[in-house]
Amino acid sequence: MLSIHNLHASIDEKRILKGINLEIKPGEVHAIMGPNGSGKSTLASVLAGREDYTVTDGSVTFNGKDLLELSPEERAGEGLFLAFQYPVEIPGLSTTNFIKTAVNEVRKYRGEEALDAVAFLKLMKEKMAMTNIDQTLLSRSLNEGFSGGEKKRNEVFQMAMLQPKLAILDETDSGLDIDAIRIVANGVNKLRSKDNAVLLVTHYQRLLDYIVPDVIHVLYNGQIVKSGPKELALELEERGYDFIKEQFKAEA
Amino acid sequence: MNNLEYIKERFSQLPTVNEQNGLGVIRQKAFDALNKMGIPTTRHEEWKYTRIGSFFNKEYKYHTAGTFSEADLAPVRLPAYEQANELFYINGHYSPELSVIRSKGLTVQSLQEASKNEYKDIVSKHLGHSSNYLKDGIIALSTAFVQDGVFVHIKKGQIIEHPIYIYNITDARQANVLAQPRTLVYVGENAQVKFVETFNTLGNQESFTNRVIEIVVEKDAITEYYKLQTDASHASQVATTHIQQIGKCVTHTVTVSLNEGLVRNNLNIVLDEEYCEAHLYGIYLQHGQSHIDNHTVVDHAKPHCESNELYKGMLDDQSTGVFNGKIFVRQDAQKTNAYQSNKNVLLSEGASVNTKPQLEIFADDVKCSHGCTIGRLDEESLFYLRSRGITEATAKSLLLHGFAVDILEQIKLAPIREYVDKLISERLEFDLA
Repeated sequence: MLSIHNLHASIDEKRILKGINLEIKPGEVHAIMGPNGSGKSTLASVLAGREDYTVTDGSVTFNGKDLLELSPEERAGEGLFLAFQYPVEIPGLSTTNFIKTAVNEVRKYRGEEALDAVAFLKLMKEKMAMTNIDQTLLSRSLNEGFSGGEKKRNEVFQMAMLQPKLAILDETDSGLDIDAIRIVANGVNKLRSKDNAVLLVTHYQRLLDYIVPDVIHVLYNGQIVKSGPKELALELEERGYDFIKEQFKAEA
Repeated sequence: MNNLEYIKERFSQLPTVNEQNGLGVIRQKAFDALNKMGIPTTRHEEWKYTRIGSFFNKEYKYHTAGTFSEADLAPVRLPAYEQANELFYINGHYSPELSVIRSKGLTVQSLQEASKNEYKDIVSKHLGHSSNYLKDGIIALSTAFVQDGVFVHIKKGQIIEHPIYIYNITDARQANVLAQPRTLVYVGENAQVKFVETFNTLGNQESFTNRVIEIVVEKDAITEYYKLQTDASHASQVATTHIQQIGKCVTHTVTVSLNEGLVRNNLNIVLDEEYCEAHLYGIYLQHGQSHIDNHTVVDHAKPHCESNELYKGMLDDQSTGVFNGKIFVRQDAQKTNAYQSNKNVLLSEGASVNTKPQLEIFADDVKCSHGCTIGRLDEESLFYLRSRGITEATAKSLLLHGFAVDILEQIKLAPIREYVDKLISERLEFDLA
């Protein structure tokens, strides 16, 4: 589904990603962990098409398409979704109107008819129940004055509405208490299927107690330095990232 | 003969000081002021960024009659007009034939008449106060021809359920037209009224409108006033709204500027009694070569008053904007609350805006704040929407529409709010969900 080959990216001349290789297949959940500044969020941003970053080398294919050639909206149309670490507050635009526009624009991209009011409402009701989100929240301006937990739940709700093939969750757990993490993780788990995949970007192992990954990758200094099964997270939790750093230094 | 010479000649043809009422004196005084000050140029501090001199170097017809059929007027009528009082000005001349008065307690007559009958004390006391704040030839020009104006009287205690729609129409089908619609409104004690004012030029010749409306609001009255400016690129205007709050009362104004040509707005609000409240909002969307200039004055003359001002603008292409917001807090006006904010989004390299808050505070126990911003569309917000599959163009429209929403919400007349929302959405090529 997603195939990243030797990806290099920089921002303002500063090299952040230095040769990432990663394969994700349908049905898989991958986690990317790593210390601050290792390039985790950069990877998520580059995949979603944030224009601040320049890809200097390498390739990314997504379901056979050259992802890097696509605009952010085209990537969403192809089925990629990024749950933001810091969801943006948009005054004057209700979440409902926003998500309705998004759903129909994505449908248009895929050559499908726009949903009529009844069909949209039905879909929304269903996904609201699934992600445990309240109608009053959706009538308000997008993320405006939402708590941290509400913003993240709104991200998961949007994900449910858009039904992506690949969901990238960028530090969705950051700043959330354990109850909020549980709610968010629950939502994500309900959306997992054999056809779609999830890429979790996280600093801590805690989220992985609730969303169990198939593979864990450790990102350090712009490269994946270690990959392994879910037990790797426990090791990281116990020993911290220092042993990775030391190992990396020794190898270098 | 250029426009100004032509106007002066028209003035000299009218009977003036010899008229047996108060208007003659005020007119002659204004005419002298016009001769002394002339039409303001950009050397005039208050006209630094708005150039109107060229309009007076052309030939215009002044005050010619226009004839319109019902069909001509259909496109300019506002929604729900069947439920409104409608006042029509054609080329600055009030048309009783076209106008429709539905409400009890609402009297409309010529200023000429009102200056002689039972309203003469009101007229002589309140007419022309705008010139205390606007010291230039343009306001003088209006007042020099004030005998053509209209007096609107809202009776004490009357709630005018039907809004009053004021249509300023210029008939530019045959020639360039200069129009000077003039109105004095008196809102009696404990009365309630809503005004909606629009400007339309019919025909392809040029028009210049010099509009002055003065509104006097008595104790316990509530006045809402909405100004909608959507006129064509060959239509320019200076539109002055002067509100004098002479009793403890509330006013609420929203100025919507979607003009294609040049617009200069003067909005003066004088809080002339304790515990007055004034809310002023504005939204402007400019594109092409259009120009919008909002000059506002809020004069806190008495203690315990509150004013709230928020103007928002979006400027695209080569359009230009000006915001100048003055707040005076007089020495007497302790416990004043005065807030002002102006926010602008520039959508192109070629668009520009000059914004200037100006607070002059002479009292010491007051709460005042002001702020202005000029920025571009937020890239992060744009990326957020695009990452959800929304195209860049639609994402921009959604963000800009969102920017306008808090001003739209201040239009309390539902049919007008929906109408303005539609106009704004069309301008933004935004599909209302």
